[in-house]
Amino acid sequence: MVRCPKRECPIVNMLEIDNLNVWFGKHRDRVDAVKGASFIIGQGESFGLVGESGSGKSTILRAITGLAPLWSGRMIVEGQPLDHQRRKTFFKTVQMVFQDPYASLHPRHSVDQVLGETLHLHGFSDIDARVVKLLDDVGLGQKFRFRYPHQLSGGQRQRVAIARALAPEPHLLLLDEPTSALDVSVQAEILNLLADLRASRGLTYLMVSHDLSVVGHMCDRLAVMKDGEIVEVLTVDALRATKASHPYSQHLLEASL
Amino acid sequence: MAETQTLRQWLLTDTPSSRRHAKLSALYQGWLSFRANTMAMIGLWILVVLVLVAIAAPLIAPHDPFVQSLGDRLAPLGTEGHVLGTDSLGRDILSRLIYGARITLYIVALVALIAPVAGLLVGTVAGYVGGWTDTVLMRITDIFLAFPRLVLALAFVAALGAGIENAVLAISLTAWPPYARIARAETLTIRTSDYISAIKLQGAGPLRIITKHIWPLCISSLIVRVTLDMAGIILAAAGLGFLGLGAQPPSPEWGAMISEGRRFILDHWWVATMPGLAIFTVSLAFNLLGDGLRDVLDPKAGE
Amino acid sequence: MMGALLDVENLWVKFPSRNGVFDAVRGVSFTLGRERLGIVGESGSGKSMTGRAILRLIRPPGIVEADQISLDGVDLIKLLEKDMRAVRGQRISMVMQDPKFSLNPVTTIGNQIIEAYRLHNNASKAQAYQKSLEMLEAVSIRNPERVMRAYPHEMSGGMGQRIMIAMMLIPNPEILIADEPTSALDVSVQRQVLDIMDKLVKERGMGLIFISHDLNLVADFCDRVLIMYAGRIVEVCDADKLHEAQHPYTRGLLNSLPRLDMPRERLEVLQRDPEWSVAPSVSARL
Repeated sequence: MVRCPKRECPIVNMLEIDNLNVWFGKHRDRVDAVKGASFIIGQGESFGLVGESGSGKSTILRAITGLAPLWSGRMIVEGQPLDHQRRKTFFKTVQMVFQDPYASLHPRHSVDQVLGETLHLHGFSDIDARVVKLLDDVGLGQKFRFRYPHQLSGGQRQRVAIARALAPEPHLLLLDEPTSALDVSVQAEILNLLADLRASRGLTYLMVSHDLSVVGHMCDRLAVMKDGEIVEVLTVDALRATKASHPYSQHLLEASL
Repeated sequence: MAETQTLRQWLLTDTPSSRRHAKLSALYQGWLSFRANTMAMIGLWILVVLVLVAIAAPLIAPHDPFVQSLGDRLAPLGTEGHVLGTDSLGRDILSRLIYGARITLYIVALVALIAPVAGLLVGTVAGYVGGWTDTVLMRITDIFLAFPRLVLALAFVAALGAGIENAVLAISLTAWPPYARIARAETLTIRTSDYISAIKLQGAGPLRIITKHIWPLCISSLIVRVTLDMAGIILAAAGLGFLGLGAQPPSPEWGAMISEGRRFILDHWWVATMPGLAIFTVSLAFNLLGDGLRDVLDPKAGE
Repeated sequence: MMGALLDVENLWVKFPSRNGVFDAVRGVSFTLGRERLGIVGESGSGKSMTGRAILRLIRPPGIVEADQISLDGVDLIKLLEKDMRAVRGQRISMVMQDPKFSLNPVTTIGNQIIEAYRLHNNASKAQAYQKSLEMLEAVSIRNPERVMRAYPHEMSGGMGQRIMIAMMLIPNPEILIADEPTSALDVSVQRQVLDIMDKLVKERGMGLIFISHDLNLVADFCDRVLIMYAGRIVEVCDADKLHEAQHPYTRGLLNSLPRLDMPRERLEVLQRDPEWSVAPSVSARL
């Protein structure tokens, strides 16, 4: 199950989620977004989280990154258990790409500023050279370096967002519906880019999507979520062979074929 | 710059070649859309003229604004040598208006520096940090907001003593709460946006997020609000001057001039009317400018 | 033109800007019968503009030009704005992508439907209430009385969209224009909303213009499909033959979709040919 493409790894899992609960609000206003979720992602694996809106799939990503602070359970990244405080070393290991590229870039910051600031925050010194390299890696090239977000298309913005996530050279990339705001032809380009980056950098992906065919294309295994609970974890091959056992997974599969 | 390119093409490029180029290009695009707004341009021109007049006051003023000549007192409009007439002490009104422009600009500049900066600091910190900090800061803001502006300014001036600096201070102290409210409201929406989450994931601390990511987005709406409020600020300063708590005679402050002129308003209307017109024109100019700036600076538009 | 509800000929939508005129729609022609006509394309292809232009809902400085937009022999392009208002809603209705932005958040759903009904019909409150209940039942809402008392924010996306459709159907329009009506909905809810629209088209003999970016959805749901690119129609085909489409753009779009039943290492990337945006628009008039 666990593959290890580039990095030398003792057999340590990339991410372990054990009995994770996430909630918002206090007391009577408390909403439980994730209830007792557990799964394990091996090094170099690509894992999908599938469900409809409100199923809590994005909330799991936000809990891992510390953006959803109210949680209980265990989260272990590369063998290190997480507490409620995220440190800089954590963000050098885990990065995230957001759903809407129109909302995830600061409207007044140029591409150069976005990448430059990220690199500066992670303490790199050769910022100029790295910005150039990152832009090449995500297929944008130099002529986009000094543009502002409003001068970029949706696909180009998402490439910038991917470059920003890659800047600290993370091992685990969390992808929150990275192509749902894009046109299908652009979606194909971004999915290809993500596949290439995973191969060349030995990345591990945790991808959230409502689109089974996208997850089927990108991932090795997936978890199906409904109302905050994981109803089934299965391999994509099993999904294709329509071997999903839970009725809800079957229902989702029917709707997307 | 390539030889075949004109400066205009260089500025309008989609592919800027350096940081400076990108900045200049963005500025030029903003200028182009501002220029398309005729009313805003009129406002800008009035203010440019006002600044030039204030700078060149000694050169263009026909008379010394302080020299009294009781023989010429209350001369009407169009009198030989006194185009806008003279006041009760025989001082040339045009010259006093010209010198008064300096005082007006001085007040405007100081208030524009103090009030929005204070409001921005309080509002963004309250909005971003939230919790108790927010509650305490916003209740203080509410207390300031609860007093009528001029009354509060009067109280401050009464405590600090009459004078132009104290008037500025008093106006600033009463002007910042609305800016704090705007900055807080903007911060609350910006705080939850994806690009703030994204920079948090790079390990950025609150100080960096507030100053580098939230301020640039709040500043534009504050600039617009300040220019729209400028008319009110000039009027507040004039009001304090009128009540004798702002600029002190013989200073040619416009509000003080109206105050002096009101004794003669029935028989010699121009003494009070001319500075009134000046206040009106400058206030209008600021309003027009603010309207135009709103169109250019609003980050939600223009995409 | 027998059986055609709407006949659009040489429709242009132009936006003057600082750098010259931008043409969002360039010479589009099509007819609509009592059928489900799909318009597919990517963002910026002019598909939504086409739908809005028919109702003359393009905001200034945008300009709509056409040789004719004929609804039962009446040329909409020549109508006065006053008469056009009677066409909008009454004879041609439009459903937008996100119901949240189309419903008034501070009024109950019931009041909004009743108001809409009484705007178009001379009816008493009680009659309007009764009629509104029927409308909600027509879009498969199970307990309409409760929904009538609810506020829009209490509704889920699917419910909201059904309510919007119900409201659009009150004046019994001849044509319904649906602009991405299901894009904001989950797949399972999507199906239900589509079924309702389908039923209505069949039962009432309406013409439906279904604007979407989703090729598979349109292939499934519509009778005839127009594929738009850069403001032009590049191809017209029967919906069930969409997967055999000829134009390289359509083919490219189809191939760029990941498919569960056909796993691939890499997705095909659409290579855009500048020729496509210069070629004249294909006519879809019957």
